[in-house]
Amino acid sequence: MPTVSRRAVAVLLGAMLVALLSGCGASPMRIQIVIHYSHYDPSRLTVPHGVPVTFVIVNTDPIDHEWIVGDAGLQQRHRTGTEPVHNARPTEITIPALTTRETTITFDKPGLLQYICHLPKHEDYGMVGWLTVT
Amino acid sequence: MRRLTAIAATVVATLLLTAGPAFACGGLIGPNGAVNLLRTTTLAAYHDGVEHYITAFQFAGGGGQFGSIVPLPGIPTKVERGGDWTLQRLVRETDPPVPAAFLSAGATRDAAQVILQVRIDALDITVLKGGGDEVGAWAKDHGFRLPPDAPEVLDFYANRSPIFLAAVFDADAARARGQSIGDGTPVHITIPTANPWVPLRILALGKTAGEKVEADVYLLNDRQPALLPDPNANGLTLQVSEPASASLLRDLRSDKGMGWIPQHAWLSKIRIDGDASALRFDLAIDASGRGQPSLRDAGLAPFGPMRPPVPWVGWVLLLAAVGIGLPVVGGAYLARVATRRTPPPAGA
Repeated sequence: MPTVSRRAVAVLLGAMLVALLSGCGASPMRIQIVIHYSHYDPSRLTVPHGVPVTFVIVNTDPIDHEWIVGDAGLQQRHRTGTEPVHNARPTEITIPALTTRETTITFDKPGLLQYICHLPKHEDYGMVGWLTVT
Repeated sequence: MRRLTAIAATVVATLLLTAGPAFACGGLIGPNGAVNLLRTTTLAAYHDGVEHYITAFQFAGGGGQFGSIVPLPGIPTKVERGGDWTLQRLVRETDPPVPAAFLSAGATRDAAQVILQVRIDALDITVLKGGGDEVGAWAKDHGFRLPPDAPEVLDFYANRSPIFLAAVFDADAARARGQSIGDGTPVHITIPTANPWVPLRILALGKTAGEKVEADVYLLNDRQPALLPDPNANGLTLQVSEPASASLLRDLRSDKGMGWIPQHAWLSKIRIDGDASALRFDLAIDASGRGQPSLRDAGLAPFGPMRPPVPWVGWVLLLAAVGIGLPVVGGAYLARVATRRTPPPAGA
């Protein structure tokens, strides 16, 4: 029976590990955010920059909501915006009542962002979350 | 912002009404903007196991539609135009110099299984059965946008009674009918129920934390009711609590659909004037004379069916345990001691 050296086994295992890790890296990180009673859960998240992140946003409420992520300037623009529905940009999502939406974003640099629902009175009611990009 | 007023008045015995002037402000935000209510007046009367809820929706001008949602304690057997006199007469009874008693009725509505639909003047009224999700979906399907606190508030009610009354005010129809701003349409809702209550939290729907909720709730019961929470705290003030005068009852009885008013009744008037953020309860009424208004009906107990407190059961069980257990344990102990002390038989 042929024998296999310990070194060969170590190399083989190492190769398998590398293949496994690189395979994991191919699919985006997935993060679920649940909207319940007009609040985000979780309301604080940390993600790395430079890699795709898929946000799965579950709206359990019988009313529509938004998930708009960005810096203070973007949020300010949306406070006076007039777009009734957001679908064109991955960072601006409308989630109809009792539905789930997914969006994949790659943040290009570290920073502190917010995600907010800008439907009337929703932000005042507490539909605000914080996203730290490391 | 428009204001809807609801005036409610009515009669008799114990009352429980859940249908507060549902016109609670801002229950629904319509395509034409938000609806704001000023002061709302409602009469919740309870007599012979039936709750009579009377309120009024006031035409505030403008166009389009706006509505209100009123949670109800049960399925109504009748929704009809109320008499024109009842609410005004109640206000006159408790606040004589009051100029015009209109209460704002907000507009709202909800949806699910449609149990009853009726048109009263320029009001389209729908009685729905369903949970918070269904009500929200109904509102959306009918072109209304619920405020962000609606999911929680609708669940708050639906978990106790999944019956809602949606009133949609057609301002264009009101104008076509020649209604002027300030004209109210009284609505009389008849609800057989063993547990009357008055929905108060719905009045804060759509309001931000610092906004004020103002409303007057009249109660007419066969006897002086016990109320929960304390009607003199948390933004509530019990302004009137006295036997209803014979002249009031006679006048109310003379109004349309008010022949059920009894010969004797207890009149209560509760003024609500507090922050929307503090109004997280309803008004539970025990008109039975037992003096035990329900925590659940007041929205102060967890969801789900509440079991009536039976404090004596616990004491009976405890005494039984002591009465039976003590002799048994004591007997066993004494027997063991006696066995140890018993000298072994001779020759053993």
